[in-house]
Amino acid sequence: MKAFSFSRASTPAEAAASAQRIEGAKFVAGGTNLLDLMKLEIETPTHLIDVSKLKLDTIEATAEGGLRIGAMVRNTDLAADARVRKDYALLSRALLAGASGQLRNKATTAGNLLQRTRCPYFYDTNQPCNKRSPGSGCSAIGGFTRMLGVVGVSDACIATNPSDMAIAMRALDAVVETVSPEGATRAIPIAELHRLPGDTPHIETVLTPGELITAVTLPKPVGGKHVYRKVRDRASYAFALISVGAIVQPDGSGRVAVGGVAPKPWRVEAAEKEMVRGAKAVTDGLFAGANPTHENAFKLTLVQRTLDAVLTEARG
Amino acid sequence: MKFDTPATTNPIDQLKVVGKPLDRVDGPLKVTGRAPYAYERHDVGAKPAVGYVLGAGIAKGRIQAMDLAAAKRAPGVLAIVTAENAGKLELGKFNTAKLLGGPDIDHYHQAIAVVVAETFEQARAAAGLIKVEYAPTQGAFDLASARDGAVVPKNANAPADTAVGDFGRAFAAAAVKLDESYTTPDHSHAMMEPHASMAAWEGDSLTVWTSNQMIAWAAGDIAKTLGMPNGKVRVISPYIGGGFGSKLFVRADAVIAALAAKAAGRPVKVALPRPLIANNTTHRPATIQRVRLGAGSDGKITAIGHETWSGNLPDGSPEEAVAQTRLLYAGANRMTATRLALLDLPEGNAMRAPGEAPGLMALEIAMDEMAEKLGMDPIEFRILNDTQVDPEDPKRPFSLRQLTECYRTGAEKFGWSARRARTGQVRDGRWLVGMGAASAFRNNLTMASGARVRLGSDGVVTVETDMTDIGTGSYTIIAQTAAEMMGVPLEKVVVRLGDSSFPASSGSGGQWGANSSTAGVYAACVKLREAVAGQLGFDAATAEFADGEVRGGGKSVPLGDAAKAREIMVEDKIEFDKEMTNSKQQSTFGAHFVEVGVDVATAEVRIRRMLAVCSAGRILNPKSARSQVIGAMVMGAGAALMEELAVDKTRGFFVNHDLAGYEVPVHADIPHQDVIFLDDTDPMSSPMKAKGVGELGICGVAAAIANAIYNASGARVRDYPVTLDKILDRLPEMG
Repeated sequence: MKAFSFSRASTPAEAAASAQRIEGAKFVAGGTNLLDLMKLEIETPTHLIDVSKLKLDTIEATAEGGLRIGAMVRNTDLAADARVRKDYALLSRALLAGASGQLRNKATTAGNLLQRTRCPYFYDTNQPCNKRSPGSGCSAIGGFTRMLGVVGVSDACIATNPSDMAIAMRALDAVVETVSPEGATRAIPIAELHRLPGDTPHIETVLTPGELITAVTLPKPVGGKHVYRKVRDRASYAFALISVGAIVQPDGSGRVAVGGVAPKPWRVEAAEKEMVRGAKAVTDGLFAGANPTHENAFKLTLVQRTLDAVLTEARG
Repeated sequence: MKFDTPATTNPIDQLKVVGKPLDRVDGPLKVTGRAPYAYERHDVGAKPAVGYVLGAGIAKGRIQAMDLAAAKRAPGVLAIVTAENAGKLELGKFNTAKLLGGPDIDHYHQAIAVVVAETFEQARAAAGLIKVEYAPTQGAFDLASARDGAVVPKNANAPADTAVGDFGRAFAAAAVKLDESYTTPDHSHAMMEPHASMAAWEGDSLTVWTSNQMIAWAAGDIAKTLGMPNGKVRVISPYIGGGFGSKLFVRADAVIAALAAKAAGRPVKVALPRPLIANNTTHRPATIQRVRLGAGSDGKITAIGHETWSGNLPDGSPEEAVAQTRLLYAGANRMTATRLALLDLPEGNAMRAPGEAPGLMALEIAMDEMAEKLGMDPIEFRILNDTQVDPEDPKRPFSLRQLTECYRTGAEKFGWSARRARTGQVRDGRWLVGMGAASAFRNNLTMASGARVRLGSDGVVTVETDMTDIGTGSYTIIAQTAAEMMGVPLEKVVVRLGDSSFPASSGSGGQWGANSSTAGVYAACVKLREAVAGQLGFDAATAEFADGEVRGGGKSVPLGDAAKAREIMVEDKIEFDKEMTNSKQQSTFGAHFVEVGVDVATAEVRIRRMLAVCSAGRILNPKSARSQVIGAMVMGAGAALMEELAVDKTRGFFVNHDLAGYEVPVHADIPHQDVIFLDDTDPMSSPMKAKGVGELGICGVAAAIANAIYNASGARVRDYPVTLDKILDRLPEMG
């Protein structure tokens, strides 16, 4: 870990301004991902701005009938919120499928959205990695790829986004609210927050330098059955091989987002229109243009079979 | 004491303390954090500086240049040691690759420098400033490709080839045949406590507080590596947070702490960071195995052949995965072969039940497959081919062998009769349910073991031996042994372990520790009884030691009275007469039963029930022995379902080198576990009549799980771990 300086912001706008002013600065909230990465010198910020004490830790009803979730709301509190459990059960279930109780107590809503990949080559600073060290190459391609991405990947990077929460947020059409260093606010649909890697896999979101997430809003509830199914090699405390988050309406229509397969929460609206025709039709659409390796091609079959089981459960 | 005739009745047979399921005597220290481990010996000496190890960034090649300038200037840095300034270092007797590499690099993450600083954070930050220029060279990293070049290994415990009868002819002529290949991956010990040491010099004498299973080996190899006389090195390792074989030998932390302490001129402590452990230390090597079985239509095995291939660095040892096949089942025509390929991966070495653990992963699937070909129940097939004699040398009987009893007892308890012979027949909601069984087998090894016992005037018996407790319960069974022998309650026994200034013991490894080390304590206590009897005027042969008293000839005297004038101290060791102990084959046996569910959609496997029935000598403490077995069953579940060091075959290293990537079972993976110990008092093993269970428990578990997965789903997987991607395509169509 490199030595770094530390300050605590008193308002979101001030935090954003400091982040732009101080070169090499990063925000820290729960620290469940960033601190680990700093210990391994995968992240080497010169300055940390603590945003955890900003008053962004409440969940409020919106005028539109949805919820506004403060950026600093802890994963544990969000999962346990009665309104979330009743109207956005998918989000609660996805959160509880992730990490451990201890980590969820620390991890924040905004931090979860910005967590970085778990690609093992990203984690080993001896190995080339375009995400960690732009232009150095991708050592995962041609290496051990069982856990890595099958769709939305590029020749520069095949890492996946590891978040469970983000899968639910994507299916729920969440909107990310931010404040810029100049104090301007904007609303970014979750679908647009994460970027595909292309040839710049180190740029993972559309956030501009210093821009701080202040809240995530959920539109009014859409009803339906909410199922989150995470498939992994052990029963708990593991990253997903794949996960399926689905909202299924009584008429058989619905939404589905998939985790563990792509650099961002993977949802293809055109594909889910096929939901009444069953899992295969949806999966074909989800994975159009997929580019798996021989080690992770099983994920395509696995998503289809899991979605099939999820649809059966939802309709049962 | 020479153990050269089978044990007769002795004071241990009273079983007043030995054989009782007592809580471990070191338990309160451990659960309250008062048992200090090597890295936290804040109670000894001056405040230590901290060393941070830098591992090589390539698998094979040479260091061209190393720029230490920035690291030297970094805050708090006291010294940097590399091969260039460390002085001449020998290779330890038990090491295959150098513990401090450079300029040549033998494997990925081989230690190439240690930075010593005032704090851990300073040392780690400075280590990040070292710039290394490498000249990589080509290496061999893929066992499957290196297999063709494999040769007869030089450094093996057993012969590379064994043959009895005419295997080729019998196999060709067999009515029913099986010829299949199986693979097991590289495994990491993944013990909780990382390798850690603190070293301090006093003149030319060195003390190392470390985490090591074999104290005498460690002291010897530290001295050899550093070119010091043996007597100048003291090793202290009273508490160990798991080893599983990874701490049988001195590793980089100990040698580097010593070098760093010398360079810094003060005590230094070093722990290997978790991401370094998989590639810097040892691992269980991957195997490719071929099993051939031939049987008559009556189910009797006529031909049994087992070949294994593994890889290692030059001068490394093979994984002897055929070990159990030489002894487990009858059959007149037999062969085994062990071959070793050259690989430039990190050093392969012992991990819990080396040989048998991966060997049974293959053999016991093969037995399940063969039973199906024969149309027999897999347990009945094994029982039919049970043997009471060494099948390679039928004149040599087993000392005690209750494999059939293990199966009969377990089948009854587990409800095996409800198992459906056809696969995929039982459904419970989303789960396809199946049962599997497999044999557990591990040889019983014995090692000379010494102890010193002291008696104080307060009647307290103190035992000192360099035996280690790696979480197994050594403190407790040694206390029980001394209490039984001297006729005192457990509270009157103090046990001190893990110090090279104590008599050399068997150490902990190969499941020989419990039997051998307590037999050493037995020997010392026999001597103490004689000394006490002499001091108090009793006839040593007939005196009774009970309730804190010595009794005989109508009088009784408090035990402590013998030490009124001065403490009595005696020392002895048990030595095993190999001719006598080898006259019969000593092994431990068990049967594993497993029920699994396989998710009909996703092929996720969840274990539903586990039972082990063990026949492993006298059980010295049923509570700690049970803990050993259930822990080993968990480890077997890991081997069956998830554990695999993933090899990058181009870059030459284990990629998933942390505990997020190398998954081991969590609580949610493990269901209720049952363990039954059969009465198995074996006078051939030692005066304790005990054997070992710590490794037996892992032997066969993974195959029982793989067999249960087959029974549940019809997916026969011969390549471990049995992950869902290997099952998925063989499940019924969905939708």
